[in-house]
Amino acid sequence: MSILVIAEHNNESLKPASLNVIAAATAIGGDIDVLVAGCGCQQVAAAAAQVAGVARVIVADNGAYEHQLAENIAPLVVELGKAYSHILAAATTTGKNLTPRVAALLDVAQISEIVEVKAADTFVRPIYAGNALATVQSADAIKVITVRATGFDAAEQGGSAAIESSDIVIEQSCARYVSEQLSVSERPELTSASIIISGGRGMQNGENFLLLEKVADKLGAAIGASRAAVDAGFVSNDMQVGQTGKIVAPDLYIAVGISGAIQHLAGMKDSKVIVAINKDEEAPIFQVADYGLVADLFKALPELEAAL
Amino acid sequence: MKVLVAIKRVVDANVKVRVKSDGTGVDLTNAKMAMNPFCEIGVEAAIRMKEAGAVEEVIAVSIGPKACQEQIRTALALGCDRGILVATDEQVEPLAVAKILKALTEKEDIGLVILGKQSIDTDNNQVGQMLAALCNWPQGTFACKAELSEDQIEVTREIDGGEQTVRLSLPAVITIDLRLNEPRYASLPNIMKAKKKPIDTVTAVELEVDIGSRLKTLSVDAPAQRSAGIIVESVAELVNKLKTEAKVI
Repeated sequence: MSILVIAEHNNESLKPASLNVIAAATAIGGDIDVLVAGCGCQQVAAAAAQVAGVARVIVADNGAYEHQLAENIAPLVVELGKAYSHILAAATTTGKNLTPRVAALLDVAQISEIVEVKAADTFVRPIYAGNALATVQSADAIKVITVRATGFDAAEQGGSAAIESSDIVIEQSCARYVSEQLSVSERPELTSASIIISGGRGMQNGENFLLLEKVADKLGAAIGASRAAVDAGFVSNDMQVGQTGKIVAPDLYIAVGISGAIQHLAGMKDSKVIVAINKDEEAPIFQVADYGLVADLFKALPELEAAL
Repeated sequence: MKVLVAIKRVVDANVKVRVKSDGTGVDLTNAKMAMNPFCEIGVEAAIRMKEAGAVEEVIAVSIGPKACQEQIRTALALGCDRGILVATDEQVEPLAVAKILKALTEKEDIGLVILGKQSIDTDNNQVGQMLAALCNWPQGTFACKAELSEDQIEVTREIDGGEQTVRLSLPAVITIDLRLNEPRYASLPNIMKAKKKPIDTVTAVELEVDIGSRLKTLSVDAPAQRSAGIIVESVAELVNKLKTEAKVI
């Protein structure tokens, strides 16, 4: 067996989720190659070559791949991927955008967001917002898969893979990059933070997220939000934790003013320790919390900040 | 230009599903069914494009059992012009759904296909991208803004670190994220009017699409349940527990 892992990066650094994908590839077994498609991305290739378990890094360094447009990268992956038994990518917005396009071009199914490898053709994936786990077996010659990062421990350093270049260039004119507006934050990224503090509808407005920020500063935590808080316009959508937002599993997750709808629980219930602060003692969030505090968050948050 | 909007009949988002004890699936007996929430936003987006004069006709399509007509009627009541039911009692995988939709885009000469980014039952997030690939069209996935002009559409996409804007030439596929719009409610007169709008029924065989499955579900299990912990009385106790018991801060 041979596995092609599609690296996730911003042309400068390899995103941590790629390490989880390489770990999933290791669990499948076989030779692991990593494709780094981007522009000016040699540094990323060098980083990928140092990950344990990687046999070969293929770099496709071209302006056509700079913004990860699926219209350009999917045909590249198809061209290279025909030689492999598995093609894996992270179940991030980049991976989710690209991978189904690859699968369709290869005329194979895609298996989305696997959390466990049972065998080289059999995988476990959550359905119904994580309320059920389906074990699925693929009959396709090439298995195209996205990997949920929280399902696998990150691959370690210690590799010394060969780096090769691919000169395949595919550029389609039907899709053009216009611009990107990325949130600038000093805080750790949600999906890789070891502590997350999230606010829900109970925060009442966007300004009140300042109370969370002060606690987050003390803990070095990332800040998340429930869909209710995003829908109400308190904060931006890239902070959303849940079924249709980000899936996280930090060491400590503090849910503040979040009732605990199943869609939110789907995004955080694999956290090691869960704390819930809510004034409604009947809130479902308390059913999954290791430590619950029934309190008014506007009193509890300043107290928490002071106590840390 | 004609717009095709795909809608899926799924279990209502507020229903907590239970896994069947024999591990063959989830128990949906008597469960409330509804239009997938992302598809609702897609329908609204299509109707607004028509209201803005950029689109001549909006066709709502659903794939599944006869009961999907209910969701198609809802789409018609909201403002779609006509419906297509691709009738099947089989479980149709995303690749097969994409192939069916491709056949319909050719048959109906579609300029833009709008889909939800994922369905809340199978959580796949695949069909729009697959359809775009099969048609060799550009894709604007996870759209939170979409501006249609004569021969192109500018789509702002939700990405992990923020937003990305791309410009796609038509025909194209877009998939919808939550913030694109707030769907309207159907008014009673429109619900009555929708009863007279046509719904065609076709089959995958008539469309010459193979919907055979590639994946076999071996079992469906309930996830390990997290047990509730303790209720602490004060912030001081909480901090103490996190430091000495859980050792996470």
